[in-house]
Amino acid sequence: MTIHQISVFLENRAGQLAQITTALAEENIDLRAINIAETSDYGVLRLIADQPQKAASTLLEKGFILSMTPVIAVSVPDAPGGLARVLEVLAAAAVDVEYMYSAFGQGDGKAYMIFRVTDIDKLVQALQGGGIQPVTGEEMGIH
Amino acid sequence: MERYYQQEIECASREQILAWQNERLVRQVQNVWDNVPYYRKKMEEKGLTPKDVRGVEDLYKLPFLTKDDLREAYPYGLMARPLKDCVRIQSTSGTTGKRVVAFYTQHDIDLWDDCCARAIVAAGGTNEDVCHVCYGYGLFTGGPGLNGGSHKVGCLTLPMSSGNTDRQLQFMVDLESTILCCTPSYAAYLAESAIERGLRDKIKLKAGIFGAEAWSEEMRQDIQNKLGIKAYDIYGLTELSGPGVSFECSEQTGMHINEDHFIAEIIDPNTGEVLPEGSKGELVFTSITKEAFPLLRYRTRDICVLSRKPCSCGRTHVKMSKPMGRSDDMLIIKGVNVFPSQIETVLLAQGYAANYQILVDRVNNSDTLEVQVEMTPEMFSDQLSQVAEREKQLVNALKAMLGIYAKVRLVAPKSIQRSEGKAVRVIDKRKI
Repeated sequence: MTIHQISVFLENRAGQLAQITTALAEENIDLRAINIAETSDYGVLRLIADQPQKAASTLLEKGFILSMTPVIAVSVPDAPGGLARVLEVLAAAAVDVEYMYSAFGQGDGKAYMIFRVTDIDKLVQALQGGGIQPVTGEEMGIH
Repeated sequence: MERYYQQEIECASREQILAWQNERLVRQVQNVWDNVPYYRKKMEEKGLTPKDVRGVEDLYKLPFLTKDDLREAYPYGLMARPLKDCVRIQSTSGTTGKRVVAFYTQHDIDLWDDCCARAIVAAGGTNEDVCHVCYGYGLFTGGPGLNGGSHKVGCLTLPMSSGNTDRQLQFMVDLESTILCCTPSYAAYLAESAIERGLRDKIKLKAGIFGAEAWSEEMRQDIQNKLGIKAYDIYGLTELSGPGVSFECSEQTGMHINEDHFIAEIIDPNTGEVLPEGSKGELVFTSITKEAFPLLRYRTRDICVLSRKPCSCGRTHVKMSKPMGRSDDMLIIKGVNVFPSQIETVLLAQGYAANYQILVDRVNNSDTLEVQVEMTPEMFSDQLSQVAEREKQLVNALKAMLGIYAKVRLVAPKSIQRSEGKAVRVIDKRKI
């Protein structure tokens, strides 16, 4: 049910991000989602790749510091109120969300949201209770 | 079972050591008076003649020598022997100002090698060992000193010199080096590189003798753990001979000064007054056996403490603490004395690597201090708030240690340049 997110330490320096995307491109790795949280000096790059293990080993070889984080993906109707409904369900169940971000559209009229929570089971239960099924890695084209 | 290179000297009674020092000091003062006009003039200015120094208790009367004197007297002004009696020149790695050169007779080199041999035996070295020396060879005293000591002990000596890490590791594995001699920062780099290349289990090292730069207790632990060795400190100055002025024994609680060759004093760096035993102050040395280049009361600029507490190793020579900083490495930031070693201690205690750089600048007439630290896998998290929290803890710990605010900048791994000799830790951009 969970999807592997790769979190990479990013020094705030010209070319750091390009170095990462180039390294992944050279290995023919496709990105499904990308997000950056930053301070003025450094940031954390979070990415979902179609081949998580290969992406991680590629970046480790380049000397990057990273960690693998389990996250949950949810498909949201690409229409007004789509995300609001999901968040209402989570609020009602008092699920604590560490952070969330959107994934690239799959061209199927749906948007995907990635959730990082401390308690994954609680999140999944809350979603299912609200009639929302988390998206599997396969559905997002992740091997 | 503790082993010694020269047991009768290293474990001599205090009375015996003092008797040697008294006799040799009196002879050395006469020698300098007769042969070094530069110092004789300094003595005359103080109204002194050799008769005023009857033993160690009169040492305090003599004038100091500083690095400035060595530069002023460059190159031959402090020699006590004609050049034809000398066989070697070494020079400081000094990065500022004029270099300092030191001269050696063959006898001087023999005694210097003995001092280094004592250090190697104290670190467990025997003629069964392969001694891997990757201090620089050349004008720098590190390579030649440990090389000479290693020969005296009878170790199989690998004169690697510095640099070319891949070759260092290959020889270390293929020739089964057991004792490593280099700067602590290079030892840390070798350890890191060995682990990266999967060579950690193929290395047969048992001990390391690391000196020529300041390193903290935490850095010692780090090197010991990564290489699976016992890491010994060694201290010295080109001006006095080179490495081996003092060295650590198995107790690892300070370095025994070779008192049969050097008399140590601790002074107040501001007043020049000799401080009682156990006080923290500037270390001053008098070389009492050097022939070619004898320095009386040479101010090292190193801040440390001397201790005569009995040592479990059986050696009786006085111990000096690791230098807590140098009065000329000391940074004055916003009026506060800051030693790079203090920053290193905090970093290691907080779980960061010993790869760091200190940037000092002056912005709008106010000093700024920035510490660049490499991120490590252990300190990283996908949650920015946790990384920021750890960063804040580090800022607080630095503030507690230094008394002033230091900006922390977390940088990418391996982005701070590794050094193969003395690490460049401080970049002071202030134009004062």
